[in-house]
Amino acid sequence: MEFRAASDQAMLVYLGEEIGLASHRRVFQLLRLLQEEPPAWVRNLQPAYCSLLVTFDPRVVDHHEVEAVLRSYEERAEKMALPLPRSVEIPVCYGGEFGPDLDDVASTRNLSPSRVIELHLSRTYHAYFLGFAPGFAYLGDLPPEIATPRLATPRKQVAPGSVGIAGTQTAVYPFATPGGWRLIGRTPLVMFRKDHEPMGLIAVGDEVRFRAITREEFAAWPPQ
Amino acid sequence: MSSLLVENPGLLTTVQDLGRPGFGALGVSPSGAADPVALQLGNALVGNAAGAAALEMTLVGGRYVFPEGGVIALAGADFGAKLNGQPTEMWIPHAVRPGGTLELGLTRAGARCYLCLADGIQVEQFLGSASTHLLSGLGGFAGRALRKGDLVKCGAPVQRIRRRRISPKVLETLKPRKCLRVTRGPQADWFSEPAKRAFFEGKFRVSEDSDRLGLRLEGASLALQSPREMISEGVSLGAVQVTSSGQPIILFVEQQTAGGYPKIANVIGADLHCVGQLRPRDEITFAQVSLEKARALWIAQHRFLNSGEELFA
Repeated sequence: MEFRAASDQAMLVYLGEEIGLASHRRVFQLLRLLQEEPPAWVRNLQPAYCSLLVTFDPRVVDHHEVEAVLRSYEERAEKMALPLPRSVEIPVCYGGEFGPDLDDVASTRNLSPSRVIELHLSRTYHAYFLGFAPGFAYLGDLPPEIATPRLATPRKQVAPGSVGIAGTQTAVYPFATPGGWRLIGRTPLVMFRKDHEPMGLIAVGDEVRFRAITREEFAAWPPQ
Repeated sequence: MSSLLVENPGLLTTVQDLGRPGFGALGVSPSGAADPVALQLGNALVGNAAGAAALEMTLVGGRYVFPEGGVIALAGADFGAKLNGQPTEMWIPHAVRPGGTLELGLTRAGARCYLCLADGIQVEQFLGSASTHLLSGLGGFAGRALRKGDLVKCGAPVQRIRRRRISPKVLETLKPRKCLRVTRGPQADWFSEPAKRAFFEGKFRVSEDSDRLGLRLEGASLALQSPREMISEGVSLGAVQVTSSGQPIILFVEQQTAGGYPKIANVIGADLHCVGQLRPRDEITFAQVSLEKARALWIAQHRFLNSGEELFA
C-alpha cells in the first residue's frame, strides 16, 4: 500500500503499479472490506485500476489516522473472498453513424474495419471499475492490435449507448456526456436505470462480451 | 402542500441540496449545491434543516409565482430580486402572500443565487438526495433544469416568520474569495518548476466553457517535467487537473468520478463554495496551504455554520 493525499478530505491508496487483474483484485478486496465494515468517517470510496480514493470526514480523522486504519485492514483485505463474476452480453451495432471513429481506428492500425470489429468481439472483458459517469464501466483489455489513444479533442456530447475504445480499454457510454474515447459502435441497451436493482447493467468484476447486431436489429430492439 | 410555478426559469435553475456522497463505486458523483455555504445560510433563515433542497439559479434568475404563498429567503449572489415588483433584500426571510411573484435579473456579483423556501422543496429522492445531476438526468425535478410552466411541489405553506438577518460579520467571513487556497495535488511533483511557479504566481481566467462539471481556466500552459502516461484514478472534488494541452480544469460538483490527467493541486474544502460563485471571465489566483491548515479551516467553517443564533444579527 502506498498513500498520497488527494485533497484535505481525500486519500489515494495505491495497490499496484500496472493495469491488470492482480492490481484489480487487491483494489476490489479492499473496497469490499471497507463496504462491509466501513469506518464511521468514510464518506465515499472510488475504486480505479490500481487505486482506491477514500474520502473522509476531516472533523473526525486526519490523513495519518486514515493511513493507519487502512494499513490495519490490509492483511484481512488480502483474504477477502470476491463474488463470482456475472456474465453480461452487450449487443452492438458497429460502424456507420453509430461508430464514427471505426474507420479512423482501422486506418491508424492498418486493419480493415471488419477486422477491428472481429478483434473487438474476440475477447471477454473484465469490468475493472465504474467511474466517470453513473454506470460507466472501464473494460479491459483490448487486443493490442486495436489499442488506440483517445481523441485529441473530446466530443462535447456522445450518444448514450456509444461503444468507445481508449488505450487498451473499451466502454459503453451510459449517458449523453462529453467523451474522448473513439466510438466504434452503439448498443440499444439502457446501461443505467435508477428504478432497477442493481442500477448499472455492468458491475465491478463482471465478465463482459460484445455481440454484433445489424442496423435492423438495433432499430427493432428489444427483439420480439 | 404548497407549490412554486416557474414562469421563467432564467439561464439554468436546478433543485439542489447538499448532494449524495458515497456512491462513487457506481460512478455517481455527489452533485449538490455549487455554493453549499449560501444554501445552508438560506435554509437557516427560513428555519429549514441546513441541507434542505432549494433552487439554485445560475447567472440569470427568472420569475417564480407562489400560488399558496409562503416564506422565502435569497442567499448567495445578488440577482437584483423583486418581490411583487418591489426591490427585495438578500439574506433575510420574506413572507410571500398567495399569488406573489418573485422576479430576479442578471447577477450583480457571483454566479449562483439560492431560493430557499420554508419547509423545503419536495422532489423524488435519488440515492438519498434531491440534488439534480444534469449530466445523467438523475435526481432533482425530473432530472433536469426547470422549464417555463413547471409546477414544483413544496412543503406545507408556512406563514410565520422570524425577521432576522444573517450578521454582516458572518457574511464577511464567508465571502467568496478570488484567491483559492489549495493543497498539493497527488501528481504535483510531475510538473516542471516553471509550471509550478506559473500556477502559484500567475492569474487564471475562468473560461466561458465552465459549468457544474468543471471550470476550465485560461492562463499559463502548465507543462510536465517530461511526458508521462497516467493510469486513471479516482478524482476528488476541487481537484485541479491539467490536460495534455496544459490547461488547468477545476473539477466541480458534477465532476467525473475518475480520470487520467495529472492533478497539480486541490482546492481546500473551506474554499469550495467560492468556486461555485465564480463567473466566466473572473480572474483567480491560487495559494498553497498545508493539509493541517486546510483541515483547521474546514473545521472552523463547519463550527461557524452550525453556531445557531450567532449566525444572525
